[in-house]
Amino acid sequence: MTSPLQQKLKINGPVVVTANRLADGAVVYRGEGGWTTKLDSAAVTASAAVVQDLLAAARADGLHAVDAYVAPVQVTEDGGVRPGNLRERIRSSGPTIDLPLQALRAKVDHVPVR
Amino acid sequence: MYLYDELDRTLVGERVAEFRGQVARRLSGELNEDEFRPLRLMNGVYLQLHAYMLRISIPYGTLSSAQLRMLAHVARRYDRGYGHFTTRQNIQYHWIKLEELPDAMADLASVGMHGMQTSGNVVRNITTDQWAGVAPDEIEDPRIWAEVIRQHVTLHPEFSFMPRKFKIAVGTSRHDRAALRIHDMALQMHRNGAGETGFEVMVGGGLGRTAFIAKTIKPFLHKRDVLSYVEAVLRTYNQFGRRDNIYKARIKILVHELGAEAFAKEVEAEWQSIKDGPLALDEEVVADIASRFRYPAYARLQNSPAELAEAPGGDRRFEAWIGNSVAKHKVPGYAIVTLSLKPEGGTPGDVTAGQMDAIADVADRYSFGEIRVGHEQNLALPHVAQRDLPAVWRALNAIGVAIPNVNLITDIIACPGLDYCSLANARSIPIAQEITRRFRNLDLARDLGRLHVNISGCINACGHHHVGHIGILGVEKNGEEFYQITLGGKADENATLGTLIGPAVPYAQVADLVEDIAAAYIELRERPDELFIDTVKRTGVEPFRERVYAAR
Amino acid sequence: MPLVKQGHIVEDRYIRVLDDAPIPDGVPVIVTAERFLADTAELAAREGPVGVLWPNNRKVAELEPWLGRVALVALTFPKFRDGRAYSQARLLRERYGFRGELRATGEVLRDQFLFLLRAGFDSLEVTKAADAEAFAAAVSTYSVFYQPSTDGRLAVRRRRLPPQAQATGREGEEAGQRHFEPR
Repeated sequence: MTSPLQQKLKINGPVVVTANRLADGAVVYRGEGGWTTKLDSAAVTASAAVVQDLLAAARADGLHAVDAYVAPVQVTEDGGVRPGNLRERIRSSGPTIDLPLQALRAKVDHVPVR
Repeated sequence: MYLYDELDRTLVGERVAEFRGQVARRLSGELNEDEFRPLRLMNGVYLQLHAYMLRISIPYGTLSSAQLRMLAHVARRYDRGYGHFTTRQNIQYHWIKLEELPDAMADLASVGMHGMQTSGNVVRNITTDQWAGVAPDEIEDPRIWAEVIRQHVTLHPEFSFMPRKFKIAVGTSRHDRAALRIHDMALQMHRNGAGETGFEVMVGGGLGRTAFIAKTIKPFLHKRDVLSYVEAVLRTYNQFGRRDNIYKARIKILVHELGAEAFAKEVEAEWQSIKDGPLALDEEVVADIASRFRYPAYARLQNSPAELAEAPGGDRRFEAWIGNSVAKHKVPGYAIVTLSLKPEGGTPGDVTAGQMDAIADVADRYSFGEIRVGHEQNLALPHVAQRDLPAVWRALNAIGVAIPNVNLITDIIACPGLDYCSLANARSIPIAQEITRRFRNLDLARDLGRLHVNISGCINACGHHHVGHIGILGVEKNGEEFYQITLGGKADENATLGTLIGPAVPYAQVADLVEDIAAAYIELRERPDELFIDTVKRTGVEPFRERVYAAR
Repeated sequence: MPLVKQGHIVEDRYIRVLDDAPIPDGVPVIVTAERFLADTAELAAREGPVGVLWPNNRKVAELEPWLGRVALVALTFPKFRDGRAYSQARLLRERYGFRGELRATGEVLRDQFLFLLRAGFDSLEVTKAADAEAFAAAVSTYSVFYQPSTDGRLAVRRRRLPPQAQATGREGEEAGQRHFEPR
């Protein structure tokens, strides 16, 4: 969870290239020639050469997304793609805590949230 | 309450227009990210894990109700309905869109608010304690001096590209409630032998990877010389602070490497050349700024009024709140009320838009329209008449900010951590939440007494864990979250860094460990009223280490 | 790399001379600090203005004795984020009274123009042509300034006082005032 931007490139398994969308900061993943917010649609590879290409394309596309880096993923048996560590899990599905409004609503409705 | 005049408002408006242009140039590609990043940082715009984060400056933690309502509006319109108050008296929004930022900033500018210099390698928000102007023990209002300096360092042509950020704090009470000694520079007011008031200047404090307590380089600086001396310090830092290594670029490293005495000499030499120039403060100029601080037209009231004696008929919760959250005021018949933003299971410092609006209403009715933000991530109402305390308590209780846990173990200071922050190694908020659950029993929390828990999700120490009575630092080990625990830190005039008590423990054990520390304290204290921090000082950390790590 | 002076893009009259090259006579030249300090006599004897390129990690106090013989001082921003030359500029203007051309070189971007002018620079080697063309717009972004500085504009706290009080005092905005007005 050290900032991946500072890590050296070492591919030990399947990875994706991820970044933040310029306009709103949303988490995006590099897919076929563009960006997607869905991890399942991201280009997954375990090849250092492919990753270099993806990264180069990502960084050349600074108009749409910024601070691209390589993130580990896990590929499930049915071909689904899951985040490969806690940081990427949080980036993918949001904070692990209730946001205040949800918590307040939960108190009011007595309905467990998340 | 500082009243912006037309000149202040013009500057803020021009800043919004400039930023709107810069955002447009970024979105069009005319500016790339490397060129844009420092520009957005100078307006307090960070890119975090999920979205942009906007940090808004709340100069010396003082807000009008109109400003608080605008913060609520921004939370609703541009964010997800809430804001987060920080350890530097600012507010942060965690879900901001870049393309909407100029509009958000224009809205904030309409009430004189902005994100200028809340990030970047510039002088940041100048902080004081949140009781400024109303504390019985202060020599004079420190905010006047914070404002004098704030104006001088805003968009300063020489000091906008320093080696690193620069944080200044000002205090005028003997008791330091603003953590002066962990700042890059601090000004502490004193009276000298001749009865004049002036400032002790300390530099080189700071936490993070290498933590230092600030050193005194000027025992007594006359008020007239404040700006020129600040300029001399900044100029020395700008020229000689390290630029080769981002982790060694703060002034604390320069002071450490040169030695405080040598550093003081450099500053003195520079200062001698400029002290009688345009920066010498004449009384007119200071009086002009001071005059723009408006104080309430207090009524002539008595302490301990009848309304208080007849308070909500023996309601224990009200009594608990009076004993915990209400402090003495310099004006008879008034009180300072702290609003706890630390509910059980909540995120320290988070407030919803609805709560902000409701608090603004209470402030209008009972605090002359003024609210304060403390670095402990709580709010305060600085001008409450004692006779209004029952009504204020009912109102605050309904809003959920009257939990009588101020300064207790559940009044936790925590950074946003890995749930939000791209710098973090570990989460901090869930740790805080679990601790508040374990110690939900107020009788237990009261028995433990004043106990400051500080949690940081990484070594950057935004949770000030080094100076917590119990300090918790999140680290990463083999992809897992682990936490180092320190004991005995203090942020006040006897500032001390905490001592590590043992190896880091995994996420799931932290709350257990804190319970064990609390149990150890109860066992080790000489008397029930020996404070936790004093027990630690007396016994050292060894007895705690033995008990806490015995079974681990 | 366009040169902006007095608000306009101008041709650079100065020739940069490498350390091991002969110094041409009769033309304005810029030499490095090392060359300048080694060859002061030779430079003083020749015809033509002399400029010196001063590094940002060297005290300008070293240059002070020679300022009378120097027509131009070029200061350096290796990256625009490295702001040491702002201090150097102010010292040259306000401490040592340098009245010649003070040039910003290195990475000089539009968003620094106003800071540079207020620190005392009067010519800028602008990195991007588009920025140079936008100079006038860039420097009219702000009309309010809190600090006194060398560009002659009145600091906010003086503007607030009644007119007669504005002019008095040790305010010293006149000190270091130059002919260049950005508007």
